[in-house]
Amino acid sequence: MTGTSVRLTGISKSFLGVPVLRGVDLELAPGEVHALMGENGAGKSTLLKVLAGVHRPDEGRVEIDGVAHTFAGPADAQRAGIGIIHQEFTLLPHRSVAENVHLGREPVRRLRVDRRRMVRETGELLEWLGEDGIDPTAAVSTLPVAQRQVVEIVKALATDATVLAMDEPTAALADHEVELLYDLVRRLRERGIAILYVSHRMREVFDLSDRITVLKDGAFVVCAPTAELTSEDLVRHMVGRDLSALYPDRARPEDLGETRLRITGGGNARVRDLDLQIRAGEIVGLAGLQGSGRSAVARAVFGVEPFTTGTVELDGVARRIAGPRGAVRHGIAFVTEDRKGEGLALRQSVRDNTLLVRRSALRGARSRVAADLTALLESVEVVARGEHQEVRFLSGGNQQKVVLAKWLAVDPKVLLVDEPTRGIDVGAKQTVHQLLRALAGRGVAILMISSELPELIGMSDRILVMHEGRPAGELPAGASEAAVVGLATGHGIGEVA
Amino acid sequence: MKRPAWRPRLAEGTAPVLAVLVALLIGLAIAGPAYDSVEGYLALLKRAAPLMILAIGQYFVIVSGGFDLSVGALVTAGVVIAARLIGGDESATAWVIVLVLAFGLLVGLVNGLITTKLLVPSFIVTLGMLLVLDGAVFLWTDGAPRGALSTAFRQFGRGSVDVPLLGEVPYSVLILLVVLVAAAVFMRGGTGRALVAVGDNEQAVRLSGGQVDRLRLLAFVLSGGLAALAAILLGGFAGVSAQVGQGLEFRAITAVVLGGVLLGGGRGSVVAATAGALSLEALFTLLNLLGVAGALESAVQGVIIIAAVAYASLGSGLRHRLRPRRATTTSEPRDPRQPASTP
Repeated sequence: MTGTSVRLTGISKSFLGVPVLRGVDLELAPGEVHALMGENGAGKSTLLKVLAGVHRPDEGRVEIDGVAHTFAGPADAQRAGIGIIHQEFTLLPHRSVAENVHLGREPVRRLRVDRRRMVRETGELLEWLGEDGIDPTAAVSTLPVAQRQVVEIVKALATDATVLAMDEPTAALADHEVELLYDLVRRLRERGIAILYVSHRMREVFDLSDRITVLKDGAFVVCAPTAELTSEDLVRHMVGRDLSALYPDRARPEDLGETRLRITGGGNARVRDLDLQIRAGEIVGLAGLQGSGRSAVARAVFGVEPFTTGTVELDGVARRIAGPRGAVRHGIAFVTEDRKGEGLALRQSVRDNTLLVRRSALRGARSRVAADLTALLESVEVVARGEHQEVRFLSGGNQQKVVLAKWLAVDPKVLLVDEPTRGIDVGAKQTVHQLLRALAGRGVAILMISSELPELIGMSDRILVMHEGRPAGELPAGASEAAVVGLATGHGIGEVA
Repeated sequence: MKRPAWRPRLAEGTAPVLAVLVALLIGLAIAGPAYDSVEGYLALLKRAAPLMILAIGQYFVIVSGGFDLSVGALVTAGVVIAARLIGGDESATAWVIVLVLAFGLLVGLVNGLITTKLLVPSFIVTLGMLLVLDGAVFLWTDGAPRGALSTAFRQFGRGSVDVPLLGEVPYSVLILLVVLVAAAVFMRGGTGRALVAVGDNEQAVRLSGGQVDRLRLLAFVLSGGLAALAAILLGGFAGVSAQVGQGLEFRAITAVVLGGVLLGGGRGSVVAATAGALSLEALFTLLNLLGVAGALESAVQGVIIIAAVAYASLGSGLRHRLRPRRATTTSEPRDPRQPASTP
């Protein structure tokens, strides 16, 4: 197997007019582990998919061994020697290792699948990788997760891949399994395979990579040998931008009231050791990378996946919240991350969506509905053709305002908001920010989750940072982005606290 | 947002079925001499009443995202049970009516419980219920129902009452009106709106604190109860046979779809669904008047259900899906004669 080099130059890609990649360069040498880093939404996955032939770039060149290629689809990229290890497993659990490795390319002999050859070839590849402990005839479902990852890699290698792109390969692995993956990656490197390694985790990147490329907001920031970078540099490159947006004034200490929500030792399958208090009038930000458990906290408080350990107190009274209905009745509101999937009934009218919580969870008091509704929709500044317009025809911003209105209709004490401004325009963002602050001013305790750091820092009175399911630390109002990212990546507070 | 002064508003999807209905009624007036007076139309309504009531029940289930295929078999079972238990005995009428209604509600409850608790798709549950009821009726009657309905029982399906201005108005039309008004009021209220929302986005309702399972269950119970009511009307009108309810489930679904209710739930008005049932009955009457063979009825019904759903899809999504897409994400099979760009 000879080494292959890859060069991407000036790659740009837009989806529906929104630029996701803006003139990105990337170079991969044979036998190199090249880490690709950046915040959520920086464009890492899109770049990976361009390399894999899933997305065709609007502009830019893809060169492999110096020859320009245009991939019409993933099959083209595969033929050119590029293998992708996706974040999710793509194996069929009930088939054998050999069958999975040859899936869709089964060797045929006398009109029948040549099982012996499949097993032999798979065995050879496993041996070449030094993973001869895996039986090619074993069913995938009987293997531990780390070995399944090996099978994924063998599957890619079986297509004669000389370039492997791995999208967060450790996301599904336990700590001790990560070590096994390290060994494997090093062995692949020794055998001349070029590896593009996408990961959020600082430690892995420094342990494994030879070079690092950082993307931010779809643009190339820097590419440097790992040895020349410190983790502080890396964090700065990843977040380096200024806080320009204006946010409403934070709460003054004298505005804060009693503790409305107190969680002590909260835990379930996704969250551990959570201690959290929010006072009336306070907005607490919850930061963390995707999968760090930040959304799981909100879902646990709201009873979607309730805490199995610890206690939850509302206004000083211990409550057991077993489901959303109980949560709503105790005055908790939850603006979910997935507005269309979980927040709104899209074919129903503005009116019906706004009254959904009231009608679903509460009884009586229907007589005042009409007068309420008009005032309510005005207070959140919904722009619609009328209250009978279906919400699917509204803009994202107005849809989000309807979601807020449906919760305001029941006067919550605690408001959980997950990505409250995702996918909405700047004007609506500001309205949402002001609304949240105004609600806090009326004594609501707010927990705000956002992957947009400027927003989180600009809005929060305190920030709790999650890392791998547990709180990694708490930061005061106006903390630096570097401090948040440092805690979120499990690296420490970073250069500034 | 200003709240406009109240003005009459048609729920989305209602206008086409009303246009169809008016066209059919005009067609009837032209084609049939019986339709130049109120009595003619009252007779049509009387014939259509059981189907309209079934359509109202079916509407509750469809709009919340399910199907109820068991209603036809339930109608048959209701009629057969009533005839057997009454056996011509006038004094038994009252309790048998209560029993038939209770039986309908019970069947709906079972349908609903299996759908919501055992997570079996309603299509399968109610198909199973259809077969179970059919089999049970056959077993019980050996294919030939025995007994007879009392005169009082039959009054609901065939009797009428004198109303000023209108003349003799059939009881079944009055019952239909009561059910329709009650259904329309229910659907305007909070529970009714939540039921539609369940059909649209179950998860959103659940996360708003709604009791999705209970709402679904309610829809099935209402459908079962209304099917039993339809059985009482049909028994009086059409008499006792083991075929009285045959095919009614599909006719009711056709009616609901013709009324612009979205299959899969989330949109549609109960008044439009009822209008769909009346349109269907008017269409069959018109075809009959024009001398089209009755055997064609089911073929016509088949065409209607496909056309109505196609119309609804064209309105919402199909055009969008058919719009040519840029080939960015799919890989076309490569022409083997063209060399691949890989050296």
